[in-house]
Amino acid sequence: MRFGAGGGAGGAPMADVVLETRGLTMRFGGVTAVDNVSFKLRRNELRCLIGPNGAGKTTFFRCLTGILKPTSGEVFIDDVETTGWDPQFVARLGIGIKTQVPSVMDGLSVRENIWLSAYRQAGTKEADRTTADVIERLGLGDIARATVGRLAHGERQRVELGIVIAARPWLVLLDEPAAGMTGEEVERMVAIIHEINRDAALIIVEHDMQFIRSIAAQITVFSQGAILMEGTVDAVMSDARVRDVYLGKRG
Amino acid sequence: MESTKLRDAAWVVLAGIVLMFVAPLVLNYYTLTLLVIYGLLALSLGLIWGFGGILCFGQAVFYGLGAYAYAVSAANIGESTMPMLIAIAVPFVFAFLLGAMMFYGRLTDVYLGVITLVVTLIFFRFMNTTAGPEYQIGTARLGGYNGMPGYQTLNVPGDPSAYIYDSSLYYVCFVILLVVYVLVRLLLASPFGRIAVAIRENESRVELMGYDARFRKSVLFAIGGGIAGLAGALYASWAEIVTPGLFSLGQSAEIIIWCIVGGLGTLVGPVLGAAALGYLKFALGQQTAVDNVLIMGLILVVVVLVLPRGVVPSLMSAFGSSSRRNRPNAVRRGRRGRGRADG
Repeated sequence: MRFGAGGGAGGAPMADVVLETRGLTMRFGGVTAVDNVSFKLRRNELRCLIGPNGAGKTTFFRCLTGILKPTSGEVFIDDVETTGWDPQFVARLGIGIKTQVPSVMDGLSVRENIWLSAYRQAGTKEADRTTADVIERLGLGDIARATVGRLAHGERQRVELGIVIAARPWLVLLDEPAAGMTGEEVERMVAIIHEINRDAALIIVEHDMQFIRSIAAQITVFSQGAILMEGTVDAVMSDARVRDVYLGKRG
Repeated sequence: MESTKLRDAAWVVLAGIVLMFVAPLVLNYYTLTLLVIYGLLALSLGLIWGFGGILCFGQAVFYGLGAYAYAVSAANIGESTMPMLIAIAVPFVFAFLLGAMMFYGRLTDVYLGVITLVVTLIFFRFMNTTAGPEYQIGTARLGGYNGMPGYQTLNVPGDPSAYIYDSSLYYVCFVILLVVYVLVRLLLASPFGRIAVAIRENESRVELMGYDARFRKSVLFAIGGGIAGLAGALYASWAEIVTPGLFSLGQSAEIIIWCIVGGLGTLVGPVLGAAALGYLKFALGQQTAVDNVLIMGLILVVVVLVLPRGVVPSLMSAFGSSSRRNRPNAVRRGRRGRGRADG
């Protein structure tokens, strides 16, 4: 295992690391989807997880968020061990989570979706303010009263992002935020991600190299359940093994 | 948006008050009282099913528990005020425990239906076996399949000799129904209610927001149980006898049918569904040409096929879209989209 930038194993002081996994393993029957992964994320870092289909990115992501309980290994968030916690308790640490398939309340309005998220840790009045603010930042003003179930896919993705940031998280986990979006929507998403990154660290699971290039993130490459390498976009792109397992397949 | 719904609720209450005074011109107080009690019972399931997304096949359990809790405590205490409160508290606590067991166990949909159904059966069977003298709580004998008569019925609080019956029982029940309706409306407009609806829409998203969906569902379920218990206590006071039949499967199924026919996702729908079908059952009971159950089944099938959302939501959207035909598209889209959460 090689680390491209920053944290060599155990090198950095703990306080700077906001998320860490030690020997994280997830097995489904005979399949080891995540195999002994040790991973570190620093405060205000922007990190992308890439890898071919079935590399274990999303399973790893789900172990971090508590949606899946890892078979073995530990997860630490801000020095608190959260291994096996339910998502609601992970979320309460101040962590915003966006799942792969847009997870929104389809029968409710855009405003209501965002308000409910803002309300949890703020009062009614502050939630109203936060909601208005988030709707403006994400350019959702025109559709604020519309029912989310009737919106286009890209709009729903944006609503879910609104739900995530309305809770004012300091760590944001996004699973394929740009999936199925048009070019213009992706551009807007990149701007939003940079804005989120001003106050929060991010982990983004993503396929789209173009997207990753434009957010200029540190990259962790997954292959067959393990970390293949970590590094900058350029370092990753020029690595022969990465091209073999991932980029090569895209032609 | 929330304020619009509360304004609608004010109109509903106004219409309810008019109905309260008009209905006795058509029907006798005795029958009307029962229809109002049915309405309250339907409201309890309409809340937890239509807004909380919890399909409870055993709403009759809380209804029966309320009735028995009232009967037993009224027989012992001899005044109705405290027993009324007990009749709300017992099903509330029982529903909370049952709900917590199911929701913390992550049971959903079908499994939840099966458990609540089985609990209904257990109560039905058990209450039928309580004929012996060993089943005595204080001075009250449970009476098994014969039921339990002879307890203090509803009286003016503090004066056990001032019975509330016939027309005054009808008005008391109707006012209670209206008050409960307003309280439930306020609950749904509160953050608790809004989060409850969000849980119905997407439980895992609500948990990712950091809310404890299991606890909140348990509380909502308990509130539904408490309202059903209140309906049971009023029934006990109306019928002057409680029998194990309150816990029967037929009773449970009827509550569900009221909600389906009236319209889920509204509060008025289940209440009207209960009153209409309750009256129909009463009217059909007076003739022998056609089997009662057959007609009930037929109505359910027709409604499910023709108006799958129920009568009241269908009427509302038909009325709503015609009166707003001239508005700009965006506004109509937003309004109609509120869909299930209306009314």
